[in-house]
Amino acid sequence: MFDNFPLLSLVIWLPIFGGIAVLLAGRMGDNAVRWLALAVSIIAFALSIPLYTGFDFTTAEMQFVEFAPWIEALNVNYHIGVDGIAVPLILLTTFMTVLVVIAGWEVIKDRTGQYFAAFLIMEGLMNGVFAALDGMLFYVFWEAMLIPMFLIIGIWGGPRRVYATIKFFLYTFLGSVLMLVAFIYMYMKMDGSFSILDMHALPLSMKEQILIFLAFFAAFAVKIPMWPVHTWLPDAHVEAPTGGSVILAAIMLKLGGYGFLRFSLPITPDAANVLDTFVVTLSLIAVVYIGLVAIVQQDMKKLVAYSSIAHMGFVTLGLFLPFMILANSGGMQGAVLGMEGGMVQMISHGFISGALFLCVGVMYDRVHSREISAYGGVANTMPVFASFMVLFAFANTGLPGTSGFVGEFMVILASFKANFWIAFLAALTLILGAAYTLWLVKRVIFGDAVNDNVAKLEDINKREFLVLALLAVAVLLFGLWPAPLIEVMDVTVQNLVEHVMQSKL
Amino acid sequence: METTFISPNLWPALPEMFLLGMACVILVADLFFSDKQRVFTHWLSLGTLAGTVLILGAQIDNPDIVTFSGMYVADGMAIVLKLVACATTAAVLVYSRDYLKSRQLFQGEFYVLILGALLGAMVMISGLNFVSLYLGLELLSLSSYGLVALRRDDGVASEAAMKYFVLGAIASGLLLYGMSILYGISGTLDVLELAAWASGAELSAGLLLALVFVIIGMAFKLGAVPFHMWIPDVYEGAPTAVTLFLGTVPKLAAFALFMRLLVEGLGAMHSAWQAIIVALALLSMFIGSVVAIAQTSLKRMLAYSTISHVGFLLMGILAGTAQGYQAAMFYTITYVIMAAAGFGMILLLARSGFEADKLDDFAGLNRRSPWFAAMMMFVMFGMAGVPPFVGFYAKFAVIWAALEAGFTWLAVAAVVLSVVSAFYYLRLVKIMYFDEPVDDAGELEVAADSRLVMSVNGLLILGLGIFPGGLMAVCISAIS
Repeated sequence: MFDNFPLLSLVIWLPIFGGIAVLLAGRMGDNAVRWLALAVSIIAFALSIPLYTGFDFTTAEMQFVEFAPWIEALNVNYHIGVDGIAVPLILLTTFMTVLVVIAGWEVIKDRTGQYFAAFLIMEGLMNGVFAALDGMLFYVFWEAMLIPMFLIIGIWGGPRRVYATIKFFLYTFLGSVLMLVAFIYMYMKMDGSFSILDMHALPLSMKEQILIFLAFFAAFAVKIPMWPVHTWLPDAHVEAPTGGSVILAAIMLKLGGYGFLRFSLPITPDAANVLDTFVVTLSLIAVVYIGLVAIVQQDMKKLVAYSSIAHMGFVTLGLFLPFMILANSGGMQGAVLGMEGGMVQMISHGFISGALFLCVGVMYDRVHSREISAYGGVANTMPVFASFMVLFAFANTGLPGTSGFVGEFMVILASFKANFWIAFLAALTLILGAAYTLWLVKRVIFGDAVNDNVAKLEDINKREFLVLALLAVAVLLFGLWPAPLIEVMDVTVQNLVEHVMQSKL
Repeated sequence: METTFISPNLWPALPEMFLLGMACVILVADLFFSDKQRVFTHWLSLGTLAGTVLILGAQIDNPDIVTFSGMYVADGMAIVLKLVACATTAAVLVYSRDYLKSRQLFQGEFYVLILGALLGAMVMISGLNFVSLYLGLELLSLSSYGLVALRRDDGVASEAAMKYFVLGAIASGLLLYGMSILYGISGTLDVLELAAWASGAELSAGLLLALVFVIIGMAFKLGAVPFHMWIPDVYEGAPTAVTLFLGTVPKLAAFALFMRLLVEGLGAMHSAWQAIIVALALLSMFIGSVVAIAQTSLKRMLAYSTISHVGFLLMGILAGTAQGYQAAMFYTITYVIMAAAGFGMILLLARSGFEADKLDDFAGLNRRSPWFAAMMMFVMFGMAGVPPFVGFYAKFAVIWAALEAGFTWLAVAAVVLSVVSAFYYLRLVKIMYFDEPVDDAGELEVAADSRLVMSVNGLLILGLGIFPGGLMAVCISAIS
C-alpha cells in the first residue's frame, strides 16, 4: 500500500517544515499559531499510524525503507527505515507531541510561535533519529535535536534555567562527540561507508570493540541517563517548562535506550558481553540508590526526575541481562524476555513520566510552586485531577493492570534467570518506587487542604482533562493488553538477541 | 632558461591586474569626490570586486596555468580561494558602510587599503615562488597595518596597529630568514623546483632550522599558538569593519601560504614538519578554547575562537594526505563564511557612539530582531560544530583526516576541546535568547543591502550544513 510513498520521510519532515511554518506565522497572533501547531502535530501522528498498521510483524528486516544519495563526496546516504524497535518509539514521539502542544495551549504566552515551533522541529528530528540507517544521518539528527531543547529549557524554563540548559547541552554534547569519533573509525574500517546495517556485520577485534563500546556508552549512558552521569537530568527537568520535561522524560531518554539497541549491542556484542557486569551494576545502583534519593526530594519535579532515572535503570538492566541469562543457560526465551521488558519499560515510562510531569505542571500553573510542602489535600478541591494523579502514581509504582507493571515484571522475571541477587535488588524497586510515589501522593493529594492556595484551587479544565485522559487510556491499555506492543517488536528483538550472541571475533 | 624576452602569459594574473588598476583608479577618483559623493567610491569598489569575480569565473575552465617563469599559478585551489576572498571582501564592504559613515571613517583610504590587502592576498594565493609569495604577504600586511591604524586619534587603535606592525614585521623577518636558508641549501626560489629537490634531499640541521623559521613566520600570520598574542589585541583595537576583514580574507591567504610552502614545496619533508604542526594545532585548540571562556568582549572572544579554529585547520594539514589538505581547505572556507557573518553582525548592531562589541550588547536580540538573532545563532552553533550547520562537517573532515593519519589521541583531544569551546558559543546564544534586552533597545535598523547579504550569509551556514557535498567536491577537485 505504501510501497512507493515516502511515508517515513513525511513523518520526519512534515513536523520540521510545519515548525518552520509556525515560526513564520508567529506574527499572525497566538491563536493562529496554536491551531497550526496542533494541526501539524495531529497530521504527523496520523501519518505515523500506518507505520504500525502497515508493518509486517513477521520479519526483522527494515521496512518503509527509503534510500537516496545525500553527500556523495563522503558516500553518505539518506537511508531511513524502521524495524520493530523503532516503530513504537516513533509512535510514542508523535503521540506525545500532540499532547505537549495541547498542554502548552494557554500556558505559554511568551513567544508562542517559537515555543510550538521548537517542539515540532524536535519531533521531526527525534523521528529522524529513530529512522536513520546511516550513521552520519543519525548523528546529524541526534545533535540537531539538542538545539531546540536547549532553547526550550533556556527560554521558557524556571529560575535556574540557564545553568540547567547549558549543563544539559554540554553533557550530552560531550557524550556525542566521542560517539562521532567511533563512527569515523568504523567509517574508515568499512572503506568509507556509514551504513548502520553494515556496521552490524563489521568484524572488530576485542580491543576495538571495547573502545567503540565505551565511546557509544559515553553518548547513550549520558542520554538515558545512567548513574553516575545522570546529574544533568534533575536540573534540566526541574527548570524545563512542563512540555520540555514531558518530551525529555518521555522521548529523549529513550534515545539512549534506542542507541544501546541499535548500536552498542549489535556492533560491539563481545564488548557488551565482557562489560555486562559493569552495566548491570550501574543499573542496579540507579535502581536502588536513585530510588532512595527520590524519597527525600522536596521538589515534585525533582522527585519524578529521580524516579525516571531509577526506571531507566530497569531499561539498561533489561538490555544487558541477556548475556548473563545465556551464560546461565537460561535460554533464548529468558534473554528475549529481558530485552523486551526493557523496551516495554521504555514505552510505558514514556506515558507515565510524561503524565506525572503534566500533573505537576497542572498544579504548578495554579499555585506556581513545585515544593511538596506547598501542597496537601489537593483532592478536596480537585477531585478529578486527584483521580488521574493517583492512577499515574500507581502506574509509576508498577501496579498490575497498568503499563508500568508489564515492563518491570518482565525484567524482574528475566533477572531471576540470571542471578537471584540481581533479581532481589531489582525487585527492591517495587518497594522503593511505592515508597517515594505513594508518599508523594499522600502529602500532596490527601489530607486536609493545608493553605489558602490549595483551598482556592479549581479542578482541571476540559483541555487538561483531555490530555490526562488520553494518557490514562494508554497506560491502562498497555497494562491490560500489552500484546500489540510486544508483538510488533518480538521478531526484531529475537533477531537482535541471536545477532548479539554471535561473536564477532 | 630563456635568454630572449618572451612576453609572459598575462591571463592567469588578469584578475589581480584588473584589481590593481581599479584600485589606482579609485585612489585618484576618490580625490574628486565630496563627502556626499563618497558613496560612489563604495559602489566603484563593489563593481571592481564584481569584475574580478567575473574574470576569475572565466578562468575556472582552464586552470593550472603557470606564468611569469614559474612565479605565478592559477590552479583550482587558487581560483576557489580567490573567489571566496573576493566575495568575502564584498560582504565586508556592504556590512561596514553604515558603520564607517557613523564614525567619520567613510573615506577613500579604507577602500583603497582593503583592495590593496585583497590584492596582496590574491598574489599570495597564486604565488609559486618565494619572491611572489613574500611580495603578496607584505602587500597584505602593510595594507592591514594601515587599516588597523585608520582611526588614528584613538589610543587603543594606535596601540593595536603598533603591536600588529612590530609583531608582523618580526614574523615577516623570520619567514624571510627561513626562506633565505632554504634558498641557500636548495639553490632555488621556485616552489616546484624546491619540491623536486626536497624529494631527494636528506634532512639536515640547516633544513630543519629553515623549516622552523618558515613555520614560525607562517604561524604568526595565521595566528597559531604560541604566536597568537597579537590577534586578540588587534581584533579588539581595530575598527570592527577592519576586524571583519582581518578575521576572514587573510586566513585564506595564510592557508594558501601553508599549502604552497609546506605542502607543494616541502611535502617530501612531511615527517620533519608534522610534529611541529601537531604541537601548534594542539596548543591553538587548547588556548583558543579555554581562554575564550574568560572574555567579555565579543571581538576578543571571536579572536580566541579564531585561534582555536586555526588549531582545527592545522589538524587537516598535519595529516599530510590529500584528504587532509582538502579538509583543511573546506575548514578554511567555511570558517571564513561563519566569521564574516559573526563579525558582520557586530557591525549591524553598532550605532554611532555604540560599538556593540560587548557580549552583553547582544542581550535579548531575539526579542528585538528574531531573524538576525537566528542568523547569529547559526554562526554560533556552526562555529561550535553542531550539525546541521556547516561547521560540523568542517570539524568532521579534519578529525577524520587526523584519525586516518593515526592521531587518535589528537582527534579525541580535539572533540573534547570542541565541547569546551561550545560553552562560550552557547553563552552568546543564551545572551541573545534567554536574557532581556536593555531598556530602550528596539528593532535593529539595518539597510536593505546589509540585511540581504547577512541573510544569505547566515542561510549559507545552514544550507551548506544540510548539503555540504557541493563545496566538498569543489575542495576535492581543487586539491588532488
